[in-house]
Amino acid sequence: MTGPATQEALRIEGLRKSFGANEVLRGIDLAVAAHEVICLIGASGSGKSTLLRCVNLLERIDAGTIYLDGQPITRPGVNENLVRRHIGIVFQSFNLFPHMTVERNVTLAPMKVLGLSRAEAAEQSKVLLDRFGLLEKRADYPDRLSGGQQQRVAIVRALAMRPQLLLLDEVTSALDPELVSEVLDVIRELAEGGMTMLIATHEMGFARDIASRVCFLADGQIVEQGPPALLFSQPSDERTRRFLRRIVDAGRL
Amino acid sequence: MLGRGDRRGLALSTASTVIVLAALLAIFLLAPGSREVRHTFFNPTDMWRAFVGNPRAGYYSVGEAIWLNIRMFVAAEILILILALIVAVIRQSTGPIMLPLRIVSTIYVDVCRGVPLVLLIFAIGFGAPALGLAFISYQSAAVYGVAALVISYSAYVSEVYRAGINSVHRSQVAAARSLGLSQWTSMRHVILPQAIRNIIPPLLNDFISLQKDTALVGILGSIEANKAAELFSDTTFNYSSYVVAAILFLILTIPLARFTDHLIARDRARRLAGSAQ
Repeated sequence: MTGPATQEALRIEGLRKSFGANEVLRGIDLAVAAHEVICLIGASGSGKSTLLRCVNLLERIDAGTIYLDGQPITRPGVNENLVRRHIGIVFQSFNLFPHMTVERNVTLAPMKVLGLSRAEAAEQSKVLLDRFGLLEKRADYPDRLSGGQQQRVAIVRALAMRPQLLLLDEVTSALDPELVSEVLDVIRELAEGGMTMLIATHEMGFARDIASRVCFLADGQIVEQGPPALLFSQPSDERTRRFLRRIVDAGRL
Repeated sequence: MLGRGDRRGLALSTASTVIVLAALLAIFLLAPGSREVRHTFFNPTDMWRAFVGNPRAGYYSVGEAIWLNIRMFVAAEILILILALIVAVIRQSTGPIMLPLRIVSTIYVDVCRGVPLVLLIFAIGFGAPALGLAFISYQSAAVYGVAALVISYSAYVSEVYRAGINSVHRSQVAAARSLGLSQWTSMRHVILPQAIRNIIPPLLNDFISLQKDTALVGILGSIEANKAAELFSDTTFNYSSYVVAAILFLILTIPLARFTDHLIARDRARRLAGSAQ
């Protein structure tokens, strides 16, 4: 078991989720301590993205409970807008608002949700954009930016809400190979800063470097989890071994 | 500079246009009743008389009456944009509390899109005064006409709005909600601005149609352009007044039509530029 409740950022118990007859998550149990970085790996369709979307309450779960900071967030009557203030999510396809400048993308939620004044929100966005080398892009619209820049803006947009927990859903999968590293560098910096993160990824090398723990998902369950050094070198489950062998054969680890 | 091929194309298109127009004009002029038609429909003297009007002779100026059409159009357009948006947002809402309103707005759209506009104008124009209610029953015919136009067109335009809302990708909703924005705030700041940009051409198309349909309000007795033209032909047995009304409507609708084309072309250019990246 993990330590006292204050140290536990997220706890998932018996989470189940189906889309029609297709059961995507079949009983997920996972506890994430504060400042921990968890990488979710597994084949496409193994349920990684759905798991992240359930944690952000973007999908309604069928069974189980999710606790944020010890508080259940999946009970009926919970204000999902309040919960989402504390959980940031970054999507594979960036999902920036195309009709807003970079700065407006970043300042919208702090102004409308946290009640910051325009000046406060603008100041905060400047600091964040500067930190990730995007300051000179702040008056541009998203379609003027490269994919890597757009994804970094999406990360800044999530950070502007000062979340306790950041969910990253295959954030480099839609990028050209040469743009992947600039985004991974940002995530690495966040990990060093102590951000609690749940990361669905296909970048095994990155997962090995950054994760405090790696979880291998297959058929809607966490088949195996452990420190990356252990899981990547001595996987105990046959399905994990098969998956990693395919990754190695493809030259991606 | 025009190349050889371009110059040949230009010559060909000019020639074909001239030939087609000349042929149509010849058919019109050589038709057995051409003289009669030209006299009753395209008589410059009568056209001018209809345009300026002569109330003592029993007919009003068509040129003045068109102002009523313009006023009705502008008032109706503003109200339609607001009412249709409200209906569309209600129909797109998901909360269980909104269910009664959703049912009401669905019935409204089904009924008011299905009933011919003429019947709606009759029903309101003659029904509302008969009710004997304070305020509601003592308005001018033009007000009832605008009310009927608003009720009918809002049903159509709410569906245009809805199509626009649905054209915004679901991932935009997810992104907005994931930041903690409420359903309404997401709608207001993220979904609607993108939706409206997508629906401006079909919206303008509906408004071109609305401009013409203000002519139907004449059946309630309002002296709008079409009614004024009718009064002229009733007194003089000459239909040139209708041609005057038609020309005035064209002067109103053609600029809007060209503006719509311009927006569609610009939108296509933008999409092409977007997909090129």
